[in-house]
Amino acid sequence: MTRASLILAALLAIAFPLSMLAGRVWIDPATTPNAAIILAELRLPRGLLAMTVGAGLGAAGAAMQGYLRNPLADPGLFGIAPGAALGAVASFWLGYQASWWALPSMALAGAGGAMALLALIAGRTGGIALFTLAGLMIASLAGALTSLAISLAPNAFAMSQIVTWLMGALTDRSWSDVYLAAPLTLAGIVILALAGRDLDALTLGDATTRSLGVDTQRLLWWLIAGIGLTVGSGVAAAGIIGFVGLIVPHLVRPLTDRRPSSLLLPSALAGALLVLVADSLVRVLPLVTELRLGIALSLIGAPFFLWLLLRMRRGELIG
Amino acid sequence: MKRLLSAGNAVLGQRLQDVSATLEPGQLTAICGPNGAGKSTLLSALAGLEALDSGQVLLDGRLLAELPPKERARRIGYLPQSSETAWDIAVRSVVALGRLPHGGLGDDAVDAALGELSLEALADRPISTLSGGEKARALLARVFAGEPEWILADEPLAALDLAHQLALLTSLKARAAAGVGVVIVLHDLALAMNHADRVVVLDQGRVSADGAPDKALSPEILEQVWGVRAQWLGEPGAHALIAS
Repeated sequence: MTRASLILAALLAIAFPLSMLAGRVWIDPATTPNAAIILAELRLPRGLLAMTVGAGLGAAGAAMQGYLRNPLADPGLFGIAPGAALGAVASFWLGYQASWWALPSMALAGAGGAMALLALIAGRTGGIALFTLAGLMIASLAGALTSLAISLAPNAFAMSQIVTWLMGALTDRSWSDVYLAAPLTLAGIVILALAGRDLDALTLGDATTRSLGVDTQRLLWWLIAGIGLTVGSGVAAAGIIGFVGLIVPHLVRPLTDRRPSSLLLPSALAGALLVLVADSLVRVLPLVTELRLGIALSLIGAPFFLWLLLRMRRGELIG
Repeated sequence: MKRLLSAGNAVLGQRLQDVSATLEPGQLTAICGPNGAGKSTLLSALAGLEALDSGQVLLDGRLLAELPPKERARRIGYLPQSSETAWDIAVRSVVALGRLPHGGLGDDAVDAALGELSLEALADRPISTLSGGEKARALLARVFAGEPEWILADEPLAALDLAHQLALLTSLKARAAAGVGVVIVLHDLALAMNHADRVVVLDQGRVSADGAPDKALSPEILEQVWGVRAQWLGEPGAHALIAS
């Protein structure tokens, strides 16, 4: 484990118990009534889910930036997150949300569909330009279909449900969400970690990578699978949580030796930390209704993105 | 059996039109030719990175295209013309990428390559802080670290000053003397004339001349291929090309 990973793991170990206590009701384990139930049934699964979603998005962002060799790449570019969102919205639209498994499984099916489409279009050549364009096209198609589903919602209640869900949040999540998202996210992170060394080779360009015996097409398939699992299960559990995949690898990179492979684990840990802390903060903010996590992260993320662009324009950004 | 890397009747679009050349280990072979002659394409095909329309590339009599990619990569080191480094990683990390075909193992070979190209003092520096000449050495060290039987380098001396050109050539010739087959694309005909053991001249996707430098780069070939009337002055090993 590198120094960056150790520091982030230590911060996570401090933040996790604190986040258990933080919320609309501050828990003092000695005095709060029903503290055990609140912790075991509400805060614990929510905290674990926050870390799962954040870890998946962080690792996916790091892998994505490594593959595209671009510090501004985000897993959303793949079209996989919008695909998952479309699947989830379809489950609302069809009125399936009554059973707990319908929404996440349809979200995963949406992510899978987007992945398959992406692989079908860009998988043969493995070229970056085609891949990015295909991802953007799938993202915009899924976005348009999602808007269509909203506009054709059967009633006002369904419409508000869809719109609220899309904003991304971890309220009212239970252990079943953890059981679904955690293994899939973990599998996705393992797949991305296995691709790490090949991503390092891409630092020296496509021709060098192939000359080193790396099958770039197979690498693309691995990435699609790894990002599909992490981002797909993240969206299934929490809706759209933007910018984590963009910001986290960027913040973590200076703490590492900048090789894409050594960025994956610290980005997963930092993503877990960011989403856990952000979710604890939206719980304690004194607002009438809880601020949606997706909105909160975008409120931080968009200005950060602009700042990145400004720095790039001044030519200060070196990989 | 002698170890050989050969292209046989290689055809690839307009870029290679029936190119045959058999390369020998222990030699420094220069591929020369005007812009667009197919030099880079031939080198890339010899490295197994191009799917030919027809013809084949053989390594020790076996079809290169049928070799497992990792084995091919262990035996043939390839240095493309682009000096792209997407992330600002340390020089040692760049060189260590050469061990990828060996499962990433072999720190000794990385140290040896750093030493061979006098990069020890720069090993922990980020690659972006190196000068052009230092960076070219670091990228070549990456190829050396893989300890390949063949080194194929596409214009490794381009954009380098004279001292760096000679330093890199010395390193490449040392590898050739150690039995490695070294093949480089060269634009500078004087360097090819003075340092190569053999020169393959390409023109419009075809081999125009192939042999010892003074034969393959004779004034007649220079006029026929480059359309330049020129003559060689000076001693063997210290020739200069003068346009007339």
